[in-house]
Parts: sequence; structure tokens; C-alpha cells
Amino acid sequence: MAKKTLTFAIMDPPYENARTTTVMRLIDIAVRRGYDVNVFAYEGAVYLPFAKQTAHANAVHGHDLGQEDHPVTHLWVGALMAEAKKRGGKVDWINCGLCVDERGAGESIEGVRRGSPGDFWKFAEASDNTLVVGTR
Amino acid sequence: MAKYLLIESRDPFEWNDVASYYELASGLAKEGNEVTLFLVQNGVLPARRSSTSDALARVAAAGVEILADDFSLKERGITADRLVPAVRPAPLDVVVDHLADGRKTMWH
Repeated sequence: MAKKTLTFAIMDPPYENARTTTVMRLIDIAVRRGYDVNVFAYEGAVYLPFAKQTAHANAVHGHDLGQEDHPVTHLWVGALMAEAKKRGGKVDWINCGLCVDERGAGESIEGVRRGSPGDFWKFAEASDNTLVVGTR
Repeated sequence: MAKYLLIESRDPFEWNDVASYYELASGLAKEGNEVTLFLVQNGVLPARRSSTSDALARVAAAGVEILADDFSLKERGITADRLVPAVRPAPLDVVVDHLADGRKTMWH
């Protein structure tokens, strides 16, 4: 069976909507099948691979750093990239450059590229299918 | 005949446009297309018997396959025995299956 390539366009910033988790689950399933996955992160989604995110303790819950085990989305993105590589696929992640500049979100993890909506069109053209997950 | 996957993530108790999306699914099926409506996140809430369940029954009667993400159901404490007959639980893998098969897929 020929290798599949899927493209996802996402727009939600981290920690705000269940869509983020669902899209990460979809990417994870595709990656574990050895598919190539393209991600075009638009608007607030450019913060998903932001390298400056840190986990934190939660004094209200009485949890220290380890007990809180706070999810950090740049680690999720990095883990998806690593898993894809292990399975012979890849996650090609492009952050919308203007969205990055507007938000000061330039310090992404290694492997994240800067691009434009034109790259999303190229992704879609080269993919077996594309899913756009809008915020509205 | 085309094949469609319509993903509904919204709660019809909160968003009135969910009814329009159900209508789209029904309309596509009535025109002879193969349509799956996949419920995810708060979109699974009407899969539990409630005042909105009849709307899903009508969608199913139009020939639409209706699936509900098993993880979203579990997160909300909705067990399989509470689902309306029109809806079957399914893993999210179904969405990736359909994407890989080239189905026309939309998210709402």
C-alpha cells in the first residue's frame, strides 16, 4: 500500500479548546501508521510548538511539579515528530510567519518551519487529503 | 456518488447551527451520497437519549451513518447502553481511515 500523506490546518492556541487535543490525537493515529503528516498552524496555533512553554506546579491543587504533570504542547509536537521519524514517516510543521510575528512566537522547537498560506495550498496539493479545523 | 465525512464537534444545546449541519448530512445522503456523521467532543452529547435525540434519528433515517468518538463518550461518562439506537461508538481511527481513503471531509 502506498504511503499516505495527510494535511491538517489548525488555528486554536494551546490550552483553550478541545480541538487541540482532538487534532493531536488524529495526527498521532496517522503518525503511528507511518503516514507523512503536514501541519499548517495558523493564528494562535503557532504557539503549539513554542519552545518557551514550561510546566508548572499547582498550589491550589496542592500539587508539586511532578504531581501536577502539566501538559506542554511543544513536547507533544516534538514527540509526534520523533514518533513519525521512528516509523519512517515525518511531521512537516509550518507556522504561519505573520501569525508568529504578531504574537512574538518565533522561538519554536527544532523542526518547525516558517511559511505562509501559500505553503498550506502546496501541502494540500501534495496530500491524499486535507482537514481544516477552524475555530468557528 | 461521492463519499463524505462530516465531523460535528459542537453541542446542539449550545450551538443552533448544529441543526444545519445535520441537515447538510441528511441532504447529501438523500441525494445518493455515502455520508458518515462523526460526533466528537461535545458533539457526542445528543448521542445520549435526550430532547435532541430525535434530530439524530432523522439524520439516520435519511441514510447517514452516525458514529460517536468513544474517547469523547468516555470523557463525558456516556456509556454505550445510554446511546440512542441511531449512534454507534467508534474510535477516532475511523476519521483517519476516511481521510486516507480520500473522502470529502469537513469539520464543524
